[in-house]
Amino acid sequence: MTPFSYQRPERIDQAIALHGPDSRYIAGGTNLLDLMKENVLQPGQLIDINGLPLREIEQTAEGGLRIGALVSNADLAWHPQIEQRYPLLSKAILAGASPQLRNMASTGGNLLQRTRCYYFYDTATPCNKREPGSGCSARDGRNRIHAILGASEHCVAVHPSDMCVALAALDARVHVEGPHGKRRLELVDFHRLPGDQPQQDNVLVEGELITAIELPVEGFASHCAYLKVRDRASYAFALVSVAAALEMDGDVIRRARIALGGVAHKPWRIEEAEDQLSGKRAEAGCFAAAAERLLQGAQPLADNAFKIDLVHRAIVRALTEAAGGTV
Amino acid sequence: MSEHSSAAGQTCTISLELNGERRELQVQPWTTLLDLLRDQLGLTGTKKGCDHGQCGACTVLLDGRRINSCLTLAVMHDGASLTTIEGLASAEALHPLQAAFVKHDAFQCGYCTPGQICSAAGLAAENRASSRDEIREHMSGNLCRCGAYPNILAAIEDALPALRGQEGAQ
Ligand SMILES: Cc1cc2nc3c(=O)[nH]c(=O)nc-3n(C[C@H](O)[C@H](O)[C@H](O)COP(=O)(O)OP(=O)(O)OC[C@H]3O[C@@H](n4cnc5c(N)ncnc54)[C@H](O)[C@@H]3O)c2cc1C
Ligand code: SF4
Ligand code: FES
Ligand code: FES
Repeated sequence: MTPFSYQRPERIDQAIALHGPDSRYIAGGTNLLDLMKENVLQPGQLIDINGLPLREIEQTAEGGLRIGALVSNADLAWHPQIEQRYPLLSKAILAGASPQLRNMASTGGNLLQRTRCYYFYDTATPCNKREPGSGCSARDGRNRIHAILGASEHCVAVHPSDMCVALAALDARVHVEGPHGKRRLELVDFHRLPGDQPQQDNVLVEGELITAIELPVEGFASHCAYLKVRDRASYAFALVSVAAALEMDGDVIRRARIALGGVAHKPWRIEEAEDQLSGKRAEAGCFAAAAERLLQGAQPLADNAFKIDLVHRAIVRALTEAAGGTV
Repeated sequence: MSEHSSAAGQTCTISLELNGERRELQVQPWTTLLDLLRDQLGLTGTKKGCDHGQCGACTVLLDGRRINSCLTLAVMHDGASLTTIEGLASAEALHPLQAAFVKHDAFQCGYCTPGQICSAAGLAAENRASSRDEIREHMSGNLCRCGAYPNILAAIEDALPALRGQEGAQ
């Protein structure tokens, strides 16, 4: 690692004031230090945010939950309120990484983890995300793990988080605070598509700090499923994943939420695909139709055409499981 | 702002309770917890496999919870309590997990073993896994290149009941 200075502020305003162009916040460190060891990132200053008061999980005025950005992935997945009211979130978190990593990784850091594209990690190869303008090695290179939806000629990377897929399905919001004050963003608008600025994973501006994630009242607790398909049974990133959440009236669907992971630069949601399920009897036919709508415009690369069939089947299976009741 | 902030290149002083003993330590900001243990303190029981969070060989217990010591900075843990494989046994007896690993021959080369044992101690404290499948899933953060998995699983399964009652499972 390249030497850097280290600060540990105790107040949010101090942390933001310390942040300059060459700074990085550090929370769990599980993604940042990994990238610093590879020289993908070489910040001159680390601002350790673990002293900030962002570890609470509290009820919101509307009856949802507000989760502090420093709550660890393990504590969040096993929090009684999350297990009971938002089991989809619990399941998605527990499908990711390892117990050791989940003890370290923070809620805010999970949102901001970078892609696992091999070329992004390999400083010997061109990569527009790491070095804007240098080119994309994955487009015509090895791209088995890459995007089938929403990619651009400049970048075909996917966002690797499991937690964010569940948060997208649950209509979560992100609270941020920065040099220009506080903002509240919808999680689905937080990450961006690569377009011609793949170096920008999300809409945060310099110095902005994630302070909390907010969950609305509805947690789809009785009918949800998280299905993750990967190269080994555990401790691997998703090839594709599906967060499915249904509100049921007998065997009729009242409301549906579907978010996909491993297919795009952000968790993938298409409201039309969800709306077309309302009022339908839960069965494979309408689930397949929803899958088709979600995958409209999908464009495979040389190595990843398999993802289209794989995620189609995964959507149908996750919806079928959700309709049968949360297990 | 706390005292252990530093300018570039400066060392910081941290205080760690290491295997039950309070230590004042000088660290550079970029020293990982793993490198502090192995290179600075000579506690080489904790192993470096991948240095990237992918193998679990560097697992230690930080304030009783299992973490990968390769992906965290020592300077971030002022005031924490740390248990490594060297600190698990008491003066008189092996830790129940160590005894179970010996009994079940749960290793070949032994390189992954300290991480496996610390991880299993963390698993016991979490109290979320009891069936074989659950133990397998909750131990997936520890790889074994020798493939000693069946015996590792048997050892943990054997030691778990004894650990479950024990406070902090250490
Ligand atoms: C081997 C391995 C396997 C993994 N497998 C999975 C998996 O299967 N599924 C999955 O979802 N994830 C997986 N992960 C990724 C893991 O979930 C992330 O590394 C973790 O969530 C990042 O959180 P952190 O707190 O450690 O972030 P850090 O490394 O501390 O920070 C990451 C980034 O976020 C910034 N940051 C952190 N907190 C804030 C904040 N509050 N406000 C503003 N900026 C902030 C930092 O500046 C940095 O740029 C894996 C990681 C490893 C190493
Ligand atoms: S896909 Fe994106 S991250 Fe990967 S090489 Fe291309 S530009 Fe870089
Ligand atoms: S050395 Fe830390 S996980 Fe491999
Ligand atoms: S015993 Fe050799 S790596 Fe596990």
